[in-house]
Amino acid sequence: MSGTEKRENKTDGLNEQGETRAVDAEDVELEQALQDFKLSVHAWSDAAYGRPRTIAHEVRRRSWRLAVGWALGCVLVAGSVSGGLLERQHQLELKRIAQQRAAEQQKQLQEQQARAKISDEVLLADVDSDVSRQVPSAMEPLAQMMLEDETK
Amino acid sequence: MDGVVNSDSVRASTWVMAAGTAVEAVTMATAEDTAAQEFARVVERHRPQIFRFLLSSTRDVDLAETLTQECFLKAHRNWASFRGESSAMTWLMRIAINLQKDHWRNRRMQFWRTTRTNSVDLDEASEWLPSGESSVEQHLLAKERVKQVWKAVKGLSERQRTVFLLRYVEEQELSEIAAATGLSEGTVKAHLSRAVARVRSELGGKR
Repeated sequence: MSGTEKRENKTDGLNEQGETRAVDAEDVELEQALQDFKLSVHAWSDAAYGRPRTIAHEVRRRSWRLAVGWALGCVLVAGSVSGGLLERQHQLELKRIAQQRAAEQQKQLQEQQARAKISDEVLLADVDSDVSRQVPSAMEPLAQMMLEDETK
Repeated sequence: MDGVVNSDSVRASTWVMAAGTAVEAVTMATAEDTAAQEFARVVERHRPQIFRFLLSSTRDVDLAETLTQECFLKAHRNWASFRGESSAMTWLMRIAINLQKDHWRNRRMQFWRTTRTNSVDLDEASEWLPSGESSVEQHLLAKERVKQVWKAVKGLSERQRTVFLLRYVEEQELSEIAAATGLSEGTVKAHLSRAVARVRSELGGKR
């Protein structure tokens, strides 16, 4: 084995030792941290287990929160229900107005049609009466001639 | 004559039956007393440990107390059905784990009811250290380490956290953890390994 190889092997060995030490140090730190954590939880639990209870305060606070929750819930429900009812009422009103308008339009149309029919009838009657009055006078000369022929 | 004999025998049999019923009643009462005493001993012995597990799981003292009460109430109701296949501690721990699961599930379902959590923050949880003979510097270092572990525990999944706390706070064996959680030992080991890796990375990241 040459000197260079020996040096490399030695360096590798040192690196391995270094890594092992680092891993060991990590493990030691982890163990220490876990140990501290356990002791901390035990200390906290022991202190909390023997503490005086504050149930009344907690119950009051919870009941207050519950009441506020219920009130908000009721307001929301009432709001949504009344909103729905108003919307429905609005829709019904719109529908009623639309129906009313349609009926009025229909009525107007019928009236217009009736009026148009009446005016046509009146016009025809006028024409008839005019014709009935004018034709005899127009036919007068012819009638005269016919009368003259008859006397001859 | 026959009538006399018969009435005597009837009276005698009635007396025997009454005595038998009384003996049965006394036996039952004694059995009930024994069971009650036994349960009281179990409560006295295991209550602090159940409370500690629930406290470390929830970081909420009030909730831990409530769940501990519920746990022992449930245990009392089902005490007659406890056959002793596992230790009382494992049985109680199983009830506590299920109650905790139910609590979080209900909480998720009823998020609109309880919007605020009473869990203490990591700084406050890390405050607790036993007053040893260590120096101020060591005490601060320990506090910092505890905070890092809490931080890692907070980031764990529910199962990983349960397994981790049972192993490193309650110092239970893998078989006991498996029995309490209803998981196989292999699964427990896998969860534990991931949890420890997380703690290790949290501690390493800090350096």
